[in-house]
Amino acid sequence: MGLATEHLETAPATTERLTRLWPPPRSILAWLATVDHKKLGTRYIVTAFVFFALGGVEAAVMRAQLARPEAQLLSPEAYNQLFTMHGVTMMFLFVQPVLSGFSFYLTPLMIGARELAFPRLNSFSYYVFLLAGIFIYTSFLIGAAPNAGWFNYTPLSSSLYNSGPNIDFYALGLLFLGISTTAGAINAIVSILKLRAPGMSVDRMPLFLWSSLTMSVSVVFAIPALSAALLFLELERHWGFVFFDSRFGGNPMLWQQLFWVFGHPWVYIVFLPATGMLSMVIPTFSRRPMVGHTFIALATVVTGFVGFGVWLHHMFADGLPQLSMSFFGAASITISIPSAVQIFAWLATMYYGRVIFATPMLFALGFIVQFVIGGISGVMTAAVPFDWQATDTYFVVAHIHYVLAGGTLFGVFAGIYYWYPKMFGRMLDERLGKLSFWVMFVGFNVGFFPMHVSGLLGMPRRVYTYAPSPGVDAANLISTIGAYVFAIGVLVTLWNVVRSRATGAVAGPNPWGAGTLEWLAQSPPENYNFASMPVVSGRDPLWTNAVSPGPAYDADRLTPRTSALDADIEAAVELPDDNYWPVAAAVTLLVAFGALLTRWYWLFGLALAATLLGSARWMWPLQTEVAETEV
Amino acid sequence: MTAVELRSDHLLPPVWKPSQEVGWWAMALVCMSEAALFAYFLAGYFYLGAANPAWPPAGTEKPKLEIPLIMTALLVSSSIVLIVAEKQREHGKRAIYRAGSALTMLLGIGFLALQATEYREKLRSMGPTEHAYASLFYTITGVHGAHVAFGLLLLLYTLLRDATGRVDPERPIVVKVSSLYWHFVDAVWLVILVSLYLSPRLT
Repeated sequence: MGLATEHLETAPATTERLTRLWPPPRSILAWLATVDHKKLGTRYIVTAFVFFALGGVEAAVMRAQLARPEAQLLSPEAYNQLFTMHGVTMMFLFVQPVLSGFSFYLTPLMIGARELAFPRLNSFSYYVFLLAGIFIYTSFLIGAAPNAGWFNYTPLSSSLYNSGPNIDFYALGLLFLGISTTAGAINAIVSILKLRAPGMSVDRMPLFLWSSLTMSVSVVFAIPALSAALLFLELERHWGFVFFDSRFGGNPMLWQQLFWVFGHPWVYIVFLPATGMLSMVIPTFSRRPMVGHTFIALATVVTGFVGFGVWLHHMFADGLPQLSMSFFGAASITISIPSAVQIFAWLATMYYGRVIFATPMLFALGFIVQFVIGGISGVMTAAVPFDWQATDTYFVVAHIHYVLAGGTLFGVFAGIYYWYPKMFGRMLDERLGKLSFWVMFVGFNVGFFPMHVSGLLGMPRRVYTYAPSPGVDAANLISTIGAYVFAIGVLVTLWNVVRSRATGAVAGPNPWGAGTLEWLAQSPPENYNFASMPVVSGRDPLWTNAVSPGPAYDADRLTPRTSALDADIEAAVELPDDNYWPVAAAVTLLVAFGALLTRWYWLFGLALAATLLGSARWMWPLQTEVAETEV
Repeated sequence: MTAVELRSDHLLPPVWKPSQEVGWWAMALVCMSEAALFAYFLAGYFYLGAANPAWPPAGTEKPKLEIPLIMTALLVSSSIVLIVAEKQREHGKRAIYRAGSALTMLLGIGFLALQATEYREKLRSMGPTEHAYASLFYTITGVHGAHVAFGLLLLLYTLLRDATGRVDPERPIVVKVSSLYWHFVDAVWLVILVSLYLSPRLT
C-alpha cells in the first residue's frame, strides 16, 4: 500500500489551494448547509441508527408482551401500532437509508472522485429522509400510529375500517420519503456511471458499486409502484375516489399487486448492497482478489432484474389462477441461483485465500450462515403448497428476519467495523467487536430460530397474544430471551463506536491493507478526498499497483467526468458549494405534506410553490455566462 | 498518455454531446421513473378494466375524441417547435429560440386550457368518485396535466436563464434537459391517448 500512496504525493501549493476551495463548515448553521458527501453519508448512517433504536425498542416491547401466553402488557390496538411501526421503521427508515448512507459516503472515494454528481441534491435527500421519518413518528404523539402492517392491505387501511389519521401518516409519510429515495438513487447512478476515475472501466468497478448501482436502478423503477398505490389510497381516503372498493368497480387486490410490485424489488434493494459490502470485506480478509468477480457482478444485476418478476409469491393465498402461481413460484426458486453464485464465490475466495478472522470477517461469516438459512426458508415458501401452510405465520417472520437481520444487518455491522477507521481515522476495539459479534450471533439465532417452530405449529403473526399451548409457549419465551441478548450485542458495538472515537488506535490510510481506492485517501479523508485525482489501470488498484496520479483539478471545485462504460476522460464537472436552499426546500416540502395531512389545501399549494422556487434558486447560477472549464 | 494530453495535441476537436453531461443522465432517469409511474397507473386501469364486466362501466359513455385530438395536435406541434427553436439556437439565433420556446409554452398552456374545458364538460355527467373508471380517468389525466404544468415551469426557468445570460454558450445543458422533459411529457400523452381515449373504441 505504501507504494501507491507515496507516488500520489502532491505539491504543498496544490494542497493549500484545495483546502481553500473545500473549506470545512465554520458554524453550526453552516454545518446544516454542507454538501460534503462524507458528512451527509455519516448523517444518513447515524440517523438511520436512531430509527433502528426506535424500531428495536418497539420490538423489545412486543417480545415482552409475547414472552408468555395471554399477557396484558399491550392492548391489541397498541400492539397493532407497534408491529406496524417496527416494520415501517426497519424497512423504510433503517435498512435502506443506512445502506444509502454507506453508498453516499463510499461511492466518491471508491471511484476516485471528489463528490457525488449532485451534492446539493444529496443534502436535499438527506433532509427529506430525516423529516419524513419525523413526520411518520409524530403519529405516536397523538396515539395514532399506522396500524395496518407495513404492507398496509386494503380494505383494512381504507377509511371504512380505519377512519383515524393513522394510515394517512403512513401514506403521506412514505410518499414524502419516496422523493428522497428516488433522488438519492438517481444521484448514485449518475455518480457511478459518470464520475469514475479515468481508466476505471465497468469491469474494474468494485463490487460494492455494482450492488449499489443495481439497488439504485431498482429504486428508480420500484418506488413509482408504491407512489401510485399510496396516491390511490390517499385519493380514496381523502376525496372519496374509488380504486380498492369493490362496490364501485374497484378491487382490493389492486393494492396488493401494486404494493408487491414495489415490495419484492424492495426486499432486494435492502439486501443487495449488504452482499456488496461482503464482496469488499471478504477479499480483504482472505488476502486475495475476489474469485468470480465478473460472475458476482452479473449475479447482482440478475437478482435485481428477476426481483421484479416474483412479486406474486406474496399473494399465493389470495386464490390466484394456478398458472400464474406456478410461474411466480418457479421464478422465485430461480432467484436462488444468482444468490448461490455469490455465496459459492465468497466461499471459494476464502478457500483459496488466507483468512484473517478480524471482526468485519466474523460478521461476514455470520451473514453467510444466517442468509443461507433464510434463503432455504425462502425457497421453501416459494413452493405454493408449502406457502399455503406457512403464510401469515411466524415461519415467515423467521424467514424475513434471517434475511434482513441475519443477512443485511450483519452485513452492515461488517461494514461498520471495516470502514469505521476510514470514516473516523481510528480503529474500533477488536475485543469488544468480537464480543459484540458472538453475543449478537447467539442472541439472533436463539431469538429467531424458534420462530420457525412456533410458525409451523400454527402461530399466526401480527396477533397480540396467544392461548397457552405446548411448544408455542416455550418457543416464544426462548425467542424473547434471544431477542434481548441480541439487543445487548448491538449495544456493545454502540459502546465501541462511541468509545473508539477518542481511544481507538490511529488507523492510517489503509489499516487493513485493502485493494480499493477509498483506502488511498487519508483517514478520515480530506474535504477534497484526493489531492491529485487517481488514474486507474486495473481491478483492486492498490494491490496491483494499478493507480497513478492524474492532474490535481485545483482550478476550482472540480472532479473528472468520464465515459459511462470505458471511463475515458471527457471533461471536468464543476461542483457546487454549501448551500441553504436544499434544506429550505426540504422543510417547505414537509410543510406541504403536513398540510395534506390536516387538509389545508391552500397551505399545500403555498408550500409546494415555495419548494419549487427554493429548488430553482439552488440551481440558479450566480454569475452570468459561465466559461468553459478547461481540463 | 492520458486523454487530457491528447486533447491539447488537437488530434480532433472535442465534440460536446449533451448525453455526456451528468444533468442529462439525471433527467433521463427522472423520465424513466415517471414513465414507470404512468405504466403502473395504466396497469391499474387495465387491471380493473379486466375485473369489471364493462369498462367504461354501463351507463358511462366512451370518452369523446374531438377535444383530446386537438390537445394532441397542440402538444405534438409544441415539441416540433421546440426542436426547431433549439436548432436555431445552435446556429446562434437566440432570439428565434426564445420566441420558439415562448410559442411552445403557449401551446402547452393551450393544452391545459382544453383539458380544463374537457373536465368541465365531463364532470357534468361523470364525477370522479362515482366509479373506479372515473377515478382512474381523472387521476391519470390529472397527474399528466400536472406534469405538463411542471414542464412549463421548467421551460420558463430555462427561458429566464437564457434571457439573463446564464446558459453556458459551449454547453447549453439546461436547454437540452428541459426540452428532454418536455418531449417525454409529450410522449406520455400519446400513450394516454391510446389507452384512455382510443382503446375503449376497440370494443
